[in-house]
Amino acid sequence: MNAFLATLATLGHPLAAHVVLAASALALGLAIALPMIVWTRAYPAAGRVALAVASLIQTIPALALLALFYPLLLSMSALVGGGIPALGFLPSLLALALYAVLPILRNGVTGLAGLDPALREAADGLGMTTSQKLWWVEAPLVAPIVMAGVRTAAVWTIGAATLSTTVGQPSLGDPIFAGLQIQNWTLVLAGCLAAAALALVVDGVLALIEWGVASRRRLPIWAGVTVLAFSLGAAITALGGGNASAGSGRQTITIGAKNFSEQYILAALIGDRLEASGYTVHYSQGLGSAVIYRALAAGDIDVYVDYAGTLWTNEMRRPDIVARPAMIAAIGAWTTATSGVRVIGPLGFENAYVFAMRGETRRARGIASLADLARQAPGLRLGSDLEFLRRPEWQAVQAAYGLRFAASRSYSPTFMYRALESGDVDVISAFSSDGRIAADRLAVLSDPKGAIPGYDALLLVSPAHAHDRRFVAALAPLVGAIPVAAMQRANFLVDRDRDKLSPLAAARVLAASLGLRGRP
Amino acid sequence: MNADPVAFSVKPGPALRLVNVSRSYGAATAIADVSLTIAAGSFVALVGASGSGKSTLLKTINRLVTPDSGYVEIGGERTATQPDHALRRRIGYVFQNVGLFPHMTVADNIGIGLRLRALPGRAARIAEMLALVGLDPAMAVRMPDELSGGQRQRVGVARALAPSSTLLLMDEPFGALDPITRDALGRETRALHERLGLTTIMVTHDMAEALLLADRVVVMAGGRIVGDAAPAELLAGAGGAAAQALVAVPRDQALRLIALSASAAAAPA
Repeated sequence: MNAFLATLATLGHPLAAHVVLAASALALGLAIALPMIVWTRAYPAAGRVALAVASLIQTIPALALLALFYPLLLSMSALVGGGIPALGFLPSLLALALYAVLPILRNGVTGLAGLDPALREAADGLGMTTSQKLWWVEAPLVAPIVMAGVRTAAVWTIGAATLSTTVGQPSLGDPIFAGLQIQNWTLVLAGCLAAAALALVVDGVLALIEWGVASRRRLPIWAGVTVLAFSLGAAITALGGGNASAGSGRQTITIGAKNFSEQYILAALIGDRLEASGYTVHYSQGLGSAVIYRALAAGDIDVYVDYAGTLWTNEMRRPDIVARPAMIAAIGAWTTATSGVRVIGPLGFENAYVFAMRGETRRARGIASLADLARQAPGLRLGSDLEFLRRPEWQAVQAAYGLRFAASRSYSPTFMYRALESGDVDVISAFSSDGRIAADRLAVLSDPKGAIPGYDALLLVSPAHAHDRRFVAALAPLVGAIPVAAMQRANFLVDRDRDKLSPLAAARVLAASLGLRGRP
Repeated sequence: MNADPVAFSVKPGPALRLVNVSRSYGAATAIADVSLTIAAGSFVALVGASGSGKSTLLKTINRLVTPDSGYVEIGGERTATQPDHALRRRIGYVFQNVGLFPHMTVADNIGIGLRLRALPGRAARIAEMLALVGLDPAMAVRMPDELSGGQRQRVGVARALAPSSTLLLMDEPFGALDPITRDALGRETRALHERLGLTTIMVTHDMAEALLLADRVVVMAGGRIVGDAAPAELLAGAGGAAAQALVAVPRDQALRLIALSASAAAAPA
């Protein structure tokens, strides 16, 4: 319970970011929906079209809508010659605002349509102008219905804002997504609870305002508005702290990370070093493999760690396999030439696909390499992660060694290791830097034919910092400094079932073990 | 009662002239080339069946309906020469569904025409109007949904007359009320008409109401005027066949009621 409270206490920054994002999206949604509602008075047909479009947008899953804004903003930015951020606040704001439009618009249009025609006749008969009719009659009567729509929109927006983590915008989704990846349920629960509590509180305050509007009482309206304004002000102040220090000469750096433990640990390791060198650090974590390199090239993030094989096949689209040092050199030349991204260097370990067996099985069967494995494979069962059997690495291995197993099964990583331990499978496709290889005393088979490409962890920096000497100097000590055993131990601190450490704590243990602590 | 609590400056209502007014909706003709002259200070009833065009004709006067052709003059001035909203602020309009604004108190409803014209002395005028239509001053702070149907229409009349309108247009004003309230409000409206010197035009489908309240009854059918006479003339058999067919109904009812009460009196106790 204490651990849970301690976790909740760390959610200040994500909560503040969440509040500011949701409030901005709601405000933008209102700014779009309200004029549209007014507009539909004169053009009811246009109102039906607007409503249909808003409903259509609502059917797009929030996650997909957020992801769609990335290429959209990227191409818009290219069109106007750059400058539009494609990750972070802007795409989150736009996607969530689009989501907020529907309930407000629908309630406004329905409210206006449901207004007693006698009221309009009376207003016309008294000699009201169109705008007097709007402000004196239609607006006050439809306001409570629109407020009910605003409440719905607020709850949706606060819920969906957790997904903005996937496009690099800090929110209460950060602990949820990080917790899911590193199987830290305390973190997941804390994030969900904070988001739900925020939604409930905001809904309650908006209900108070709605009641005030419906019963024409000023006090609840002002009380509600004051609470919301104060909370938003507090959130902005909390976030503004970072900007203020940026104004006082500290440069703000955004560190990217993909969505697994090793990436979180390395991001924290990099972050600690940069902070020690006087930079202010933000994290953009949980980014997909497909967007993270482009985010770096576009300057949305400033530094992250990627793997040679991933860049080689996904970004450079190279089908051939080259010796590891030549591969790293080729990647460095390619990133410099195509985007200005700089490869500072390899960290010293690989996170490659490897085939692993239990030590006693390997010894009993006398298997040391993939070539040995191929001969006995027809009598063995393979356990893999969910995507391995569809990846080019598996095809390359099959082609090189003629591997054919008696059976193969796919598992999520945790269960894959359990299946090997319990003897349900005999061989698994593991990651070479995974802490569980050492912890479970697994034997890794060699690849004498070099069928699997190199997956050296590479430190990459954005074009803006490629030739920033102070920045590069702060990171240079990491190059070649992390042996695979050290990375495995750090990963295990986070991945193990009991006494899990946070990625930051694991990063500090790792730094200490490497003698990297303190200012360089 | 000699000491009138409501001090009204009596400006007599204007004369009206409708000249060759036509209006159709698609293929359906609502009003076909109607011309009508109404003397200042008169009380005219427009009578006819549903769809006869009486309501549409009334609304061409305050331009809630715009004529396709022809024009309307109020006090010698054509109505189309000014913005519609400015025209309507000088004309009282009362209709069957009343249309009190549910989010405003009775006082605010009555005062809204004054606000629209930015006239001074609103509070005093609202109190005057409440007294004029026979409502308790305490009603001022009530909301419309707390009132009875008759009280609501009284507020409707007060709202229409508050900005010193001297032309009053009424579209089936008492159609939704029970017979007792309806009769009382009819009499009060006639009294107000005389006291304020209004020009009043009232649309009704009830010939009896028209005969009892108006100085002149105009009968419409198929978008045209088919009869136009004073109540006494109509009861004497003038005004044309269509008008007489309408007059026959209440007269026949009245005769049957008289016969009924006579036989009741003759019956042994």
